[in-house]
Amino acid sequence: MTKQVQQLDRVIIRFAGDSGDGMQLTGDRFTQETAAFGNDLSTLPNFPAEIRAPAGTLPGVSSFQLHFADHDILTPGDAPNVLVAMNPAALKANLGDLPRGADLIVNTDEFSKRNLAKVGYAANPVEDDSLAEYRVHALPLTSMTVTALADFDISKKDAERAKNMFALGLLSWLYHRPTEGTLGFLEKKFARKPEIMKANIAAFQAGWAYGETTEAFSVQYEIKPAEHEPGLYRNITGNVALAYGLVAAGERSGLPIYLGSYPITPASDILHELSRHKKFGIRTFQAEDEIAAVGAALGASFGGALGVTTTSGPGIALKSETIGLAVATELPLVVIDVQRAGPSTGLPTKTEQADLLQAMYGRNGEAPVPVIAPRSPSDCFDAALEAARIAVKYRTPVILLSDGYLANGSEPWKLPDVDDLPVIEPAFATADDPGFQPFKRDPETLARPWAIPGTAGLEHRIGGLEKADGSGNISYDPANHDTMVRLRQAKVDGIANDVEPLAVDDPSGEARVLVLGWGGTFGAISAAVRRVRKEGRQVAQAHLRHLNPFPANLAEVLRSYDKVIVPEINLGQLALLLRGRFLIDVIGYNQVRGLPFKAEELQGVIQDVMDSE
Amino acid sequence: MSENGTNGDGHGLNGHGPLSLVPKTDAKQTLKDFKTDQEVRWCPGCGDYAILAAVQSFLPELGLRRENITFVSGIGCSSRFPYYMNTYGFHSIHGRAPAIATGLATSRPDLSVWVVTGDGDALSIGGNHLIHALRRNVNLKILLFNNRIYGLTKGQYSPTSEIGKITKSTPMGSLDAPFNPMSLAIGAEGTFVARTIDSDRKHLQSVLRAAAQHRGTALVEIYQNCNIFNDGAFDPLKDADVRDDITIRLEHGEPIVFGAEREKALRRTRAGSFEVVRVTDVDPSEIAVHDAANPDPSQAFALSRLDSPAFEHTPIGIFRDVDRPSYDELMREQVDEAVGTQGRGDLAALLGSGDTWRID
Repeated sequence: MTKQVQQLDRVIIRFAGDSGDGMQLTGDRFTQETAAFGNDLSTLPNFPAEIRAPAGTLPGVSSFQLHFADHDILTPGDAPNVLVAMNPAALKANLGDLPRGADLIVNTDEFSKRNLAKVGYAANPVEDDSLAEYRVHALPLTSMTVTALADFDISKKDAERAKNMFALGLLSWLYHRPTEGTLGFLEKKFARKPEIMKANIAAFQAGWAYGETTEAFSVQYEIKPAEHEPGLYRNITGNVALAYGLVAAGERSGLPIYLGSYPITPASDILHELSRHKKFGIRTFQAEDEIAAVGAALGASFGGALGVTTTSGPGIALKSETIGLAVATELPLVVIDVQRAGPSTGLPTKTEQADLLQAMYGRNGEAPVPVIAPRSPSDCFDAALEAARIAVKYRTPVILLSDGYLANGSEPWKLPDVDDLPVIEPAFATADDPGFQPFKRDPETLARPWAIPGTAGLEHRIGGLEKADGSGNISYDPANHDTMVRLRQAKVDGIANDVEPLAVDDPSGEARVLVLGWGGTFGAISAAVRRVRKEGRQVAQAHLRHLNPFPANLAEVLRSYDKVIVPEINLGQLALLLRGRFLIDVIGYNQVRGLPFKAEELQGVIQDVMDSE
Repeated sequence: MSENGTNGDGHGLNGHGPLSLVPKTDAKQTLKDFKTDQEVRWCPGCGDYAILAAVQSFLPELGLRRENITFVSGIGCSSRFPYYMNTYGFHSIHGRAPAIATGLATSRPDLSVWVVTGDGDALSIGGNHLIHALRRNVNLKILLFNNRIYGLTKGQYSPTSEIGKITKSTPMGSLDAPFNPMSLAIGAEGTFVARTIDSDRKHLQSVLRAAAQHRGTALVEIYQNCNIFNDGAFDPLKDADVRDDITIRLEHGEPIVFGAEREKALRRTRAGSFEVVRVTDVDPSEIAVHDAANPDPSQAFALSRLDSPAFEHTPIGIFRDVDRPSYDELMREQVDEAVGTQGRGDLAALLGSGDTWRID
């Protein structure tokens, strides 16, 4: 039967099911197909901290949201146009986000009395009129999958498990996705289990064929490829981009990368990724705890490697003393904090930006540390390189603040030309330098020499005790301590002259309100700003990558606007820094729900501030 | 090779010697070469002075380039040690020296890395790092100065203090049972576990010699007198009148005989522990022979249990010295294997791996 084809400019799909239903995999495959098709896209995986919460319960719901379009987009989308709900729990947990008129694909096989009761449905919502405001497609996905796989020599359980591939096939048909990538993926994934491989492929194809033949779907959608700059692209998550950035830092500095890490959500994937790239001379050390992880990284830096440690907020708390030691010994060290909701264990799989003040001040004594934050998943690559550049050039620990949203979210990335990437100069002190002193500083950067063991004639001792300016001998002299505290601060402050000035996006030059963000909120803020401008109003936007030190022109930028809105996924940490530093009463907008901002929400915030003028 | 060495020669033959990749010097070195210009700031009479002098006078015999030796320490009196050694040095934070040294040793096979620590540093705040360094068998030589007291914080009891110790923080006596560092290290899969005494330079240096040649982590406990806060803690082992009677000097391959007249010996009981017997009362075949190289740690552990607060009999020497690949060798081999089988990494190829698409 011929179906009507409708053109759309963008779609937001959310796959939701039980933790064991393979929703992350389904979403990831749909994303790869979409990337290959050439749409712009942005993703938001959302999963529980428990590996397998009790089946069919609300805490066990895992979802994957994907926003794709024929134009440049910035966020995973506010509200889904399509929700695929594999069970009653997935329906209940996600229905609240679904706008009226949205498509709802429900796997009716799972809507048994028992499963309904588990999540508190007295009646089956698919059968009464409680879903009347949606376009409901009630489909027995599980039994259709089992029927389609009747001829395969696999267990019923294995057949049922392929239902996510049936759903993926159906959605792939619905949105005209290319299928070669997924077929190739299944062949590779199940290469050792040929029967399971064939069954999954058959389920995927059955889903596609069902879409073509059923009357349940009368319309097929088409979203044209987006206009992108010419180049080679791939889809990439923040954690993989970050790991690649570290590999690149090793290649561009000639320094071996030494990662000391202890597994923690949502940072572990960086350890996993780097451990696969030993052929770059990278050493990865899974330590006994967070403290040993950063200790080993610092020890490696002392020996002339680029020491890196990756963690999340609770790990930073444990590493604080060693980061302080890196400040005192003035050794390069890259500290990656993939922020998650806190305090304490908090919400391990949910995002937050509440470690900014910990990164800035979470150490004893005056212990300044440069802090930088990437703005998007692919930007994690450049941010990691920048963190390494500053760490090596200034002989200092650098904290990079990623977050759970950036870490797991993905977007298309135009691959850089590796020859254009910055070169990092280790500039080690050389043997028998007659003027060598371990704390004699470079007059321009104020960095001390990096004299590594094995260098003849430069034997010296470093440590956490205060050192005399120049000689590096232990010193309890009051004036020397005052000098050293100020020198360490001046060194970090001076980095402001070595980073890009803050760029302001103010197309008309007439805006009176500036929205200033940092880190992973870039996409949502930019989308909100676009919406405001679409209404014919003027608003300026700027986004901080360097949080310590701030770019040299920040004060000037802030003072150029009547009002400055600072949206943050915390209770106002950047706002506090800006007020304290510049005496400017910025307007904070703060949400801490473990989720990224929505563009519509921020649009409202910006317009409210403008209207209150 | 080492006079106590149980397997030192083997290292040289198979190329896995812990020092095989450390550059040597032809220049003659003396104790003076390892002294710094820094004033030593331990209390007069502290046992640390003797250990420092013993280490400084021992190192020249290794013939290593000075710049390829590094001392890493934590916090405490003993941890000031690196400042007095004219090598590279890193005085770090409390308890963390094994972790920091692990990063250094696993990334630099051309270095001889020594850790200097105390009973509080290694066994209290840093206990976790110590046991993990031991089980991994990282190429570190750990010198644990055990004075059974906290010195730098002025006299609180330590994790090796005897139960009931009256200190500033325990006016009615300490409540917690102490660690036996030898038992702990053997239980933590240590491959080289030894004990010596600050006042016996010859013995101390013989243990250092064997430790330096050991493949992987060597833990050397050094009984060290704190003459300010715990003076005389090891006096029975130093007192010329009684020391020979109570000190069991372990020698690999030798029957375990001790006493002023070598009239006492150890016999293994059926339960696996040791009992002290009179040499004249038993058949020579019943006297235990020390086997530090035995892969089964039970004998070494049983020896470690002979200690008692009253020093009735205390073994010193090398309890355990077994051969196992060091962590840093294995880590290096994985990197070499990855490069060997896949070729040196290519950044552009890595970035372009996976599903890509081109837009013209």
